[in-house]
Amino acid sequence: MDKKIKPQKKKDLNRTAYFFILPFVITFLVFSVYPVVRTLYLSFTDYKGFGVPDLTWLDNYARVFKDKFFWRALFNTVRIWGVNIVLQLGLAFLLTIVFSDIKYKVRGLSIYRALFYLPNLIAATSVAFLFKTLLDWKYGTVNQMLVGSGLMNSATNWLGSTVTAPLVVAVISAWMWFGNSFIMLMAGVQGINKDYFEAAAIDGAGRWKVFAKITVPLLKPILLYVTITSLIGGLQMFDIPFLMCGGTIGNPSGSTQTVVMYLYKFGFETNQVGFASAIAYALFMIILVLSVLQFKWMNKKEK
Amino acid sequence: MATKIKRTLLYIALTLLAICCMIPFALMIINATRTGSEIANSFSLVPGKALADNWATLSSYFDLFKGMRNSLIVAIPATLLTAYFSAMTAYAMTVYKFKGNKLLFGVIVVFMMIPGQLSLIGFYDLVTNLRLVNSYLPLILPSIAVPGTVFFLRQYCETVLPMPLLEAARMDGASELHIFHKIVLPILSPGIATMSIGAFIGNWNSYLIPLILLNSPDKFTLPVMIASLNSSTDIMRNQGAIYLAVAISVIPILIAFAFCSKYIIGSITAGGVKE
Repeated sequence: MDKKIKPQKKKDLNRTAYFFILPFVITFLVFSVYPVVRTLYLSFTDYKGFGVPDLTWLDNYARVFKDKFFWRALFNTVRIWGVNIVLQLGLAFLLTIVFSDIKYKVRGLSIYRALFYLPNLIAATSVAFLFKTLLDWKYGTVNQMLVGSGLMNSATNWLGSTVTAPLVVAVISAWMWFGNSFIMLMAGVQGINKDYFEAAAIDGAGRWKVFAKITVPLLKPILLYVTITSLIGGLQMFDIPFLMCGGTIGNPSGSTQTVVMYLYKFGFETNQVGFASAIAYALFMIILVLSVLQFKWMNKKEK
Repeated sequence: MATKIKRTLLYIALTLLAICCMIPFALMIINATRTGSEIANSFSLVPGKALADNWATLSSYFDLFKGMRNSLIVAIPATLLTAYFSAMTAYAMTVYKFKGNKLLFGVIVVFMMIPGQLSLIGFYDLVTNLRLVNSYLPLILPSIAVPGTVFFLRQYCETVLPMPLLEAARMDGASELHIFHKIVLPILSPGIATMSIGAFIGNWNSYLIPLILLNSPDKFTLPVMIASLNSSTDIMRNQGAIYLAVAISVIPILIAFAFCSKYIIGSITAGGVKE
């Protein structure tokens, strides 16, 4: 009797599978796949947000390529991300060394971890307003503290100079994300087989040697993951500079204008939708190339 | 002895760093209770007495509780949809053999890598054509299909689902949907809870998409409402009210974090670290 039921049952089960994945597939096609394809199509047109788009093929891409403001925005974004990732990973790495040290056995990992992670939970809009107000040139608390304690002679216009404004954005980003990176690295360390450490201890290896020869090489995949996700996220930076530095202009004099702010300007402020779509794809290409390069580089170093 | 001193120094450094993470929030809460001119004149760690005044100023500009309610109206259904349908999809991909399973997995992985802004223009265009601008539907419905969550729960299914138990239930004549609801969901619930917290925070904090889709102030979610402070210049003169607005938007997350930081931390490593 069993044998009779089985083929029929199997067919039913397959049908159930399709029934189970159907909501996901439909939603995914409509809200994820279609917009990606539609953006690609619009990037080949002169679409202005209304009417029928006319195909202009690669015109928008040629314009992106020649547009010095696009390159400036890309440079700004990479510069902010670069400073941020050095601070963020450097700090996370340092903390990982401290908490995985076998000599000092620092306690309280879960409490510190939670506190370090806290800034990441807060909405970027709230963070932006909080710091914009704290860093206010004339009335901001930060300047009051620095001048009051004698660390600075006069108030600094943090968001008013082309040097400090991108730096402020980078430091805030690092502040928001170092806890996240630390948690990832620490999870990696805890995932390393204890046998390695014991074997090293028996062989009489010092703690720095253990760190350099065992911990770091085994952390490499996670380091790669953290850096790539940070890169993909960082190149899409928008909220913080947009809200702290005067909208899509990126004050002062465009020094904090990121690629997505530039995209937003054309897509939603001046309605050059086709051009904005081409910017989106140009950014995607850059992210793709950088991710592949980074992946190859990290793998090569391992050998 | 040297070890002891060094260890103490380490703890001091760590505590200072932890204070760096907290101090902006502390200043925010203190400044929320001081008047604009007090804040402008000097900084203080002692709370002031202007909380009520700041609140009055703030509420004459907008209704933050409405923003909070709007955010909940979006974030709760979105999170529930993500949790339920991601589990369902992940479960189906793990236990059934069907054509297209590998393809679906491949597409999910690819879309996890694709930056969200890539589809921003196309997404807005789609919403315009569907005449859903200024509606919450395009903020909620896409949550049915979140590739990252499915990816995680699929791995989770592979490790925690006891196949013999499912087989036994099937023998007893339980329907597939019944098995999913009564056996699979409870077993998966720790993983689902972890992912849901992450999803909720993501939805609650989301800014760019609501910014482009919502255009009437009474529909603004909390981040969009806070961001609209930028354009109301009058209120910029009263820093106390700004701090209060930011504090009100932050405190629910701080409270949530105090109670379930363990799950939140768990959700971070869940997506990334693979054995």
